[in-house]
Amino acid sequence: MIRDITIGQYYQTDSVLHRLDPRVKLLGTLLYLVSLFCFHNPAGYAVALLFLILCIRLSHVPFGYMIKGMKGIMMILMITILFNLFLTSGTVLVSFWKITITVEGLKLAITMALRLCMLIIGASLMTLTTTPNHLTDGLEKGLRFLKVIKMPVHEIAMMMAIALRFIPILLEETDKIMKAQLARGADFESGGLVRRAKAMVPLLVPLFVSAFRRANDLAMAMEARCYRGGDGRTKMKPLIYAGRDYAAYLILLAYLVISIFLGRWSVMTELLTSL
Amino acid sequence: MAIIVDHLNYIYGQDTEQAVHALQDINLQIPDGQFIGIIGHTGSGKSTLMQHLNGLLKATSGTIYYNGQDIYDEDYKLKDLRSHVGLVFQYPEHQLFEADVFSDVCFGPKNLGLSKKDAELRAFEALRKVGFPEELFYTSPFDLSGGQKRRVAIAGVLAMKPDVLILDEPTAGLDPKGREDILGMVKSLQRESGMTILLVSHSMDDVAEYVDRILVMDHGRIAFDDIPRNVFSHVEELEEMHLAAPQVTYILRDLEKAGIDVDENATTVEEAASTILQAFGIK
Ligand SMILES: Nc1ncnc2c1ncn2[C@@H]1O[C@H](COP(=O)(O)OP(=O)(O)OP(=O)(O)O)[C@@H](O)[C@H]1O
Ligand SMILES: [Mg+2]
Repeated sequence: MIRDITIGQYYQTDSVLHRLDPRVKLLGTLLYLVSLFCFHNPAGYAVALLFLILCIRLSHVPFGYMIKGMKGIMMILMITILFNLFLTSGTVLVSFWKITITVEGLKLAITMALRLCMLIIGASLMTLTTTPNHLTDGLEKGLRFLKVIKMPVHEIAMMMAIALRFIPILLEETDKIMKAQLARGADFESGGLVRRAKAMVPLLVPLFVSAFRRANDLAMAMEARCYRGGDGRTKMKPLIYAGRDYAAYLILLAYLVISIFLGRWSVMTELLTSL
Repeated sequence: MAIIVDHLNYIYGQDTEQAVHALQDINLQIPDGQFIGIIGHTGSGKSTLMQHLNGLLKATSGTIYYNGQDIYDEDYKLKDLRSHVGLVFQYPEHQLFEADVFSDVCFGPKNLGLSKKDAELRAFEALRKVGFPEELFYTSPFDLSGGQKRRVAIAGVLAMKPDVLILDEPTAGLDPKGREDILGMVKSLQRESGMTILLVSHSMDDVAEYVDRILVMDHGRIAFDDIPRNVFSHVEELEEMHLAAPQVTYILRDLEKAGIDVDENATTVEEAASTILQAFGIK
């Protein structure tokens, strides 16, 4: 039941994107997300969409699998669309009963929906093609410069790695405990808010107990293997840029130049004419 | 009055790359009062099948009848089914949550809508049946030993007074004494209250000792469904499924090969002892 959530999960297969250095993917995703908010005209969106489609094709992750994970955010998407559609003022397109739809509203709703979809697919593309371990490795190495201002980068990365590692385990555990309590006649679905909240107790208590037990075991196991933080620690598989990573950086740069150039055309022309 | 499983199929993660066909065309009849052992290699689908019998998993195709009623009917109440078919999970001690043992056992009967008094009576009775020491009734379930927790969890299901009790590896991770205690308790439950019992186990010796009938599962199918004696005569096939016959079967086979006239189909230690004594002419 709970296993159907795919956002933030890794999809096992082999592709160029999977093999890419996680630092490239992290920076790329960040830049891509930022770029989505810089556009002012359809051309920019077209380029961004094209780039996304290209990446999806390269990733070898089935599109259906990606979409399945989006079901969870369908509500947010609908609300965004409806709010923008009905609550934007401007020139009236259609109007019936108490509802009016404006041209501006329609435009805004479409761009916002598009932006949101591309945002989520873009971000999930990174997690779908990068194992949690790789991701945190990339973060640790990519953010190493923050050590200068005394940020415990290694510790934060380690915490993230552990947290990500535990998500599927806890989901499985929840499933198991839920079934066990259902077998004892528990009812998680009916009743009002208070009753439902109370019904969660038999689920949450064992879940917390097992999470603490696991955390304890893990801490013990790490200590038994002499883990003492990041200082002087080396990696078995250190991250080293390969040719394809430099190529990816170049493609990213090209994308940025083209999309900003097209997406902010109007701003640029204004700038140029004012000069 | 019985459980009938009809052409049951179950697929985990259907429509994904990692789909697992965990149950394939299972057909079964479970009459009242039988003590059935289910054995099979790890991953053969035992737990999956057990979760179907009380409606926790819904079959991909096929159906299950409980006392003549199709449990997948729209208006069939699965909650009722779960009060008749009790399921004790593998490592059930992980489901304990109340502040003390006694209230935890009360959870099941309370969910059945019983009054506080009735629920407590049932909890008391169930804890007595599993042989849980009375002085520990009001300690926290988290302070108990593994074997004690296991008993409390079994009592938690027994307190619902099911007609069918399913135990998924109730002895996993217990010492020999704890194992014998729990299995002995289960056997006496079946004798005294005529409960139908399904026992999933990895130990052939345990199963051979106690049950009336054995289901052998292999790769999501039922490979054998017979009385212990007949099942354990297929030693080679069992070994191909990464299973084994009880230890006494091997001893008797070797004795037979050595030219001693013993009944090699004896499955329990007692039967084996008597046939060996007989062969040597000792009464
Ligand atoms: N929640 C799940 N999601 C996906 N696949 C599962 C799930 N649970 C079990 N499986 C798969 O279904 C098959 C049968 O599993 P099941 O748990 O029924 O085996 P089992 O016979 O009980 O094994 P064991 O003796 O180890 O308890 C296995 O191949 C397993 O990998
Ligand atoms: Mg199992």
